[in-house]
Amino acid sequence: MPESQTASAVLETASAGGDPIVNDCTIHVATVNGSGSQSSNNVLMRSIFQMGVPVSGKNMFPSNIAGLPTWFTIRANKDGWIARKKEVDIMVCMNAQTAREDVAGLPPGALCIYDAPLNLKSSRPDIAFFEVPFAKLAGELADDSRLRKLLANMVYVGVVAQLLGIEREELVNAITKQFKGKKKAIDPNVAAIDKGMDFARASLPKQEKHRIERMNATAGKIIIDGNAAAAIGAMFGGVTAVTWYPITPSSSLCESLIDYLRQYRVEKDGKATFAVVQAEDELAAVGMVLGAGWAGARSMTSTAGPGISLMAEFVGLGYFAEIPGVIWDIQRVGPSTGLPTRTAQGDVNQVAYLSHGDTQHIVLIPSSVSECFDFAIEALDLAEEFQTPVFVLSDLDLGMNNWMSDPFKYPEKPIRRGKVLTKEKLDELKGQWGRYADVDGDGIPWRTLPGTDHPMASYFTRGSGHDDFARYSEKPEVYKATVDRLARKIETAKLFVPPPAVDISEGARIGFIAYGTTDFALEEARYQLRTEHGIETSYLRLRSLPFTGDVRSFVSMHDRIYVVEQNRDGQMGDLLKLELGADQEKIRKILHYTGLPCDARSITEAVVQMEATIECPEPLLLVRAEPPAAKASPMASGTQPTTRATED
Amino acid sequence: MAESTLKIGTAEVPKENRIGLKATDYHGGKSTLCAGCGHDAISNQIVRAFYEMSVKPERVAKFSGIGCSSKTPAYFLSRAHGFNAVHGRMPAIATGAMLANHHLLGIGVSGDGDTASIGLGQFMHMIRRNIPMIYIVENNGVYGLTKGQFSATADEGSKLKTGVINDLPPMDLCALAVQLGCGFVARGFAGDPKQMVNILKAAIAHNGLAVIDVISPCVTFNNHDGSTKSYTYAKEHDELLHQIGFVPSYEQIEVDYEPGEVKEVTMHDGSRIVLKKIEEAYDPTDATNALVRLKQAESAGQMLTGLVHLQPEKKSFMDLLHVVDEPLATLTLERTRPPREALDKIMQELM
Repeated sequence: MPESQTASAVLETASAGGDPIVNDCTIHVATVNGSGSQSSNNVLMRSIFQMGVPVSGKNMFPSNIAGLPTWFTIRANKDGWIARKKEVDIMVCMNAQTAREDVAGLPPGALCIYDAPLNLKSSRPDIAFFEVPFAKLAGELADDSRLRKLLANMVYVGVVAQLLGIEREELVNAITKQFKGKKKAIDPNVAAIDKGMDFARASLPKQEKHRIERMNATAGKIIIDGNAAAAIGAMFGGVTAVTWYPITPSSSLCESLIDYLRQYRVEKDGKATFAVVQAEDELAAVGMVLGAGWAGARSMTSTAGPGISLMAEFVGLGYFAEIPGVIWDIQRVGPSTGLPTRTAQGDVNQVAYLSHGDTQHIVLIPSSVSECFDFAIEALDLAEEFQTPVFVLSDLDLGMNNWMSDPFKYPEKPIRRGKVLTKEKLDELKGQWGRYADVDGDGIPWRTLPGTDHPMASYFTRGSGHDDFARYSEKPEVYKATVDRLARKIETAKLFVPPPAVDISEGARIGFIAYGTTDFALEEARYQLRTEHGIETSYLRLRSLPFTGDVRSFVSMHDRIYVVEQNRDGQMGDLLKLELGADQEKIRKILHYTGLPCDARSITEAVVQMEATIECPEPLLLVRAEPPAAKASPMASGTQPTTRATED
Repeated sequence: MAESTLKIGTAEVPKENRIGLKATDYHGGKSTLCAGCGHDAISNQIVRAFYEMSVKPERVAKFSGIGCSSKTPAYFLSRAHGFNAVHGRMPAIATGAMLANHHLLGIGVSGDGDTASIGLGQFMHMIRRNIPMIYIVENNGVYGLTKGQFSATADEGSKLKTGVINDLPPMDLCALAVQLGCGFVARGFAGDPKQMVNILKAAIAHNGLAVIDVISPCVTFNNHDGSTKSYTYAKEHDELLHQIGFVPSYEQIEVDYEPGEVKEVTMHDGSRIVLKKIEEAYDPTDATNALVRLKQAESAGQMLTGLVHLQPEKKSFMDLLHVVDEPLATLTLERTRPPREALDKIMQELM
């Protein structure tokens, strides 16, 4: 077969004098969305996980139901680097619409498995091609055309597994898990795996470039997406009111939450300890969160950027009238509808100061699924303690992709419900209290819940000017005192929000500041800088707003601070500059905003390039072009650099 | 306005109600609305209805949006928590509050600007969900607080003080509510306190959303000859569907009526609404008929008042949610945090 000759030639060149690369590869699968490839990709990812190899899976999907190109990237890495890697080692081409571009974007020496009719073998001489007649093989498995299509996807899992040495037993285990033990679904899928493995064994050339071998780095770990992790956290955080409106990429958060609540929060008599409302829009969703929070529920919603924009007015009311509520923002690419199914960190400015007038909000920023779990609980506590809307800023990459994690720890501390005056306390106070009086000096007043059976319990909540006793007031000194106290409350919050995770490297002149999902690429970039360039770096990972004192001291310890984030303008970098005063000169921005998750190599290269300009800071480096060959397919159609480094 | 002749209970208001509270215990702050405002008349009837129904004010939660009408919850039931929300979005706040504590008796006061324009979506979805509370629209056809612009309920051809004529047709909030399946739809007139208080009492007894559209003339901006929401116009064109009486479940007073002229509807709590027919058989449980009558009255330039539609057996949203008996707001940690084994099981499934 001519194609196998090509493959052999490339493979010989590729592995000349070298041992196979073990447990370090990126598998990129190009399919059509709605074709059922998600199950296949999950099985492939999980089987690698079950072989003990650290792995991540990222779905790069279109805003569409069926028929458009979609990609799934699996990265297996023995050292645990599971951020997105741009360079593809093994490509699986199942989609005629993108096959040519997918191949064009591969680095030399990559392997490419493709569906026979695509006839890609002569498209590049430096790629090892493996032609597989998927339709024919699937046709031998089933008569039904829909089923054949689904099974063709499972056949490629078998082919990849055979080529890389993924164990059949783990594939079967992964299939059993994927199809929840349903024999009717398991049997044909196992048959499809076997079909692919048999074909690869009999008809494809062997490859010795990449291997997956059993190791022991994933024992006892779980695989979960951030939205489900947040849902579990919220449930154990005692959430009682969930009001939401569907929007990608946040919908699965409330949907998982509803599933879990139905399983674990219905009492023996069949009655629920929670209430869920699918609202008519995001305005109503957040209004219900505040109504419920006001009346004493632990309430939350989840949304994405467009929903946050709609919630602005109510969030201002929540801030000014001091009402608890939790809002999860699973960020996607904006502005406007933007790229609804792609990831970004572009809502930082928006949530930090959402709504008109002087406002400022508590924002928690998880960077892992376990922090999604922890912060789901923490956010509910902080909202009630500080009587204010609390945001949790996640993103599509964290929320919708699968991540490895240690199992979540059961919360040992009781929930915190903040300053609530009960009937008994009102009796003690002889009814003398002011809803907005700062009796403790921390800016946080006491509240009562509607329905409290005491004639002095009530107060009138309003978004208009009010005094310590919640009476309407437009008096200048009263207004000023109120908003000054609210600022004091945020000062207090600095002592209670999750502090940054700080890693100081001795002697490092460079410090990184990043947050959220950038963390994965950033840790890997630090490793690359250390091992490849001898550059030591420190790292502060922000976990919340407002900034705590740690930020200033971290910046003061370093000469240059690289703020790495996934938006165009460096929004967190700007907030940091406002915070830092004179030290703001140290801030340099590395920005990744393609809709795809940030990768380590882009950060490393940007730092190296910017460090090279230190002696003569002119001209400013505004863009960094990268060789087209290094691009992964989803970006192959464009020629824009993926990361922008700025000094401003 | 026709004078009601239906006699129910004693005319004398006792000094204390059944739970030992005085009428003053139901009062609110001093109104800052214009003298003679229809809204104040409604607030007075709210005070009276809650007092006479012996509802403990602490059990009540008051809601409103933005506008003159939405200021009024500060003018009744000071001993109840109140929430002045954002414009048109009171239903969301009220819905959330009812989720947190379904023992609360909710009463929302909105206006035609607040409900029929910016708040129309939330109004409709609140009806669709059947949130158990009272929702009053103090309807004067005009934006008072912003000094006299037309609202979406202003009648076609009605004239502003400035001489500007309204070219657009009005929205009939009662018809809309009936169409959306609301289980309690009434229209009142701020100038008919007797009818108003009985509608309110019936609304308090209703387990579900009670929408009450009250024609409430704006004495400053819309109470002149060109206005169809003026005292004069409303009095002259009020077409009473029936005289409405209300008998609470605890009262065993016989109703003074001639057989064959009265329709009684029993509410879920055992109270009875007594409707004395005026000119023809009107069955408020028939939604189609209600819509026909509303449309006929509109064509005739009349204002139909009374209990337009009633369907007391309709399930409320809280019934459908099937939550525990206690308010969710005050559940203990033991009931809202599943045990350690639950997390272990979930983690095991994810391995």
